[in-house]
Amino acid sequence: MAEMDTSSGGGHKKGPGVKKAKKLSTRVDLTPMVDLGFLLITFFVFTTTMSKPTAMNMNEPKDDPENQLKVKNSGAMTILLGKNDQVYYYMGELTNATEQFKSTNFKDVRDIILDKKKNTPMDDLMYIIKADKESTFKNAIDILDEMSINTVPPGHYAEVDISDTEAELIKQTESANGIK
Amino acid sequence: MGRAKIPRKSTNIDMTAMCDVAFLLLSFFILATKQKPPEAVAVNAPTSVSSKVAPEDAILITLTKEGKVFLMLGDDTRKTDILDKLNTNKNLGLSESELKKLGKLSFIGMPLGAIKSALTAGQDIPADKLPGIPITDSTNNELVDWMRSINDAYAGSDLKQLEEKIVIKGDNFAKYPAFKNIKYALKKNNIFKFRIATNSETVPVGSELYNTNRSAAESGQK
Repeated sequence: MAEMDTSSGGGHKKGPGVKKAKKLSTRVDLTPMVDLGFLLITFFVFTTTMSKPTAMNMNEPKDDPENQLKVKNSGAMTILLGKNDQVYYYMGELTNATEQFKSTNFKDVRDIILDKKKNTPMDDLMYIIKADKESTFKNAIDILDEMSINTVPPGHYAEVDISDTEAELIKQTESANGIK
Repeated sequence: MGRAKIPRKSTNIDMTAMCDVAFLLLSFFILATKQKPPEAVAVNAPTSVSSKVAPEDAILITLTKEGKVFLMLGDDTRKTDILDKLNTNKNLGLSESELKKLGKLSFIGMPLGAIKSALTAGQDIPADKLPGIPITDSTNNELVDWMRSINDAYAGSDLKQLEEKIVIKGDNFAKYPAFKNIKYALKKNNIFKFRIATNSETVPVGSELYNTNRSAAESGQK
C-alpha cells in the first residue's frame, strides 16, 4: 500500500543544502500474486485427470467351423444383451422358451452368474454371450467385466453371434415388458 | 483520567508465506498434469475392473456414439510404412508428398476413395464432420484394408508388439454391431488379441475377484 513519508517535517538536521534521500519501502503487496496463484491452482486441479486410462485384454477365438467347441448342455448358460441395458438368459439348450427364457438386468446378473458357477463343475462351465443389435458397446464390455469380477477363467466364456430365434424372443419379451 | 488506549494494529498481513504455498501447489499440479493425447473425437469409454494401464503410442480405433470409426496410427516411425503399404495394397495412387501429408494427420476418418481429394483440397475438416472409415458390413469394411497394411508393416518379429498396441476405444452408447464389425476386421487379419480402452472402476466389495485379490495380497505379505 502506498505509504506517505511523514517524517520529513523536521527539516534541516544534516545542515542546509543536504537533501534527504527519500526512503522507499521494499515491501511489495503480494495479494494480487496470491490471487493469481490460486486461480491457476484451481484451473489445474479441475483439468488434472488423476485416473489413468486402463485397458482390458481381449482374446477372440479363431473362427474354425471344423473345430467347433462342444458345450455340455448342463454347463451352459446363454446371456443375451438387449435394448436399454436389459439382460436375458437361459440355461442349457433353448427348448422351451416360455419356461427357460428369463429377463434380468446388470445388477442381478452377477448373482445368477455366480450361482451357475458354484453349481457347475468347472470343466463343464460355459457362458455364451450373445449381444443383440440394439445393445450397446458398454453392455458388451460390462458383461465381459462381469466375468472377470466373478473370476470366470478365460476360455469359459465366449461371445457368439445371436440367432434369429433369440433375437425374435428378445423382441417379444421387450414388447411384453414395455421396453422401448 | 486515562482510558486505556487501544493500540492500533495494522491490517496488513504478510502475504509472502501464502504466496509460497500457492505457487508450490501450482507447480505440483502443473507437473502432475499429464498432457492428454490428442483425440479424434471425445468418447466416453466404459468402465472395467481391469487395472492394466493403457499402452502408449497405441494404434487406436475410436468408435463414436454415431458408429463412426476413426483410426490413429500411433508410432511415427511405423506410420510411413503403414501408409506406403496401404498405398500399394489398394492402388490409391498417392504421391510421395501426399503420403507425407497424410502421415501428418493425427487421425484418419474417411473412406479410402476420399483420401486423395481431401488431401488436394488441403483444408482441415473438423472431426465431427468427417464420415469415418466405412465398416458397414463384410463387403464394405475398409478397416480390413487398414489392418492388413498395419499387419504388413509390423510383419515378422513385431507381431507380438502389435497385439500390445491395438486398442479399441468405444463410446458407451455405440451400438454393438459396429463393435462387431471392428472385431471382424481384426479377426480377418488374424489379430485375435487386442485391448479395449476403459476407465478404471473399483472392484465391488465382496465379489469373487475382490476376495481373490485380497487373499493374494495377504499371502504376499506373509
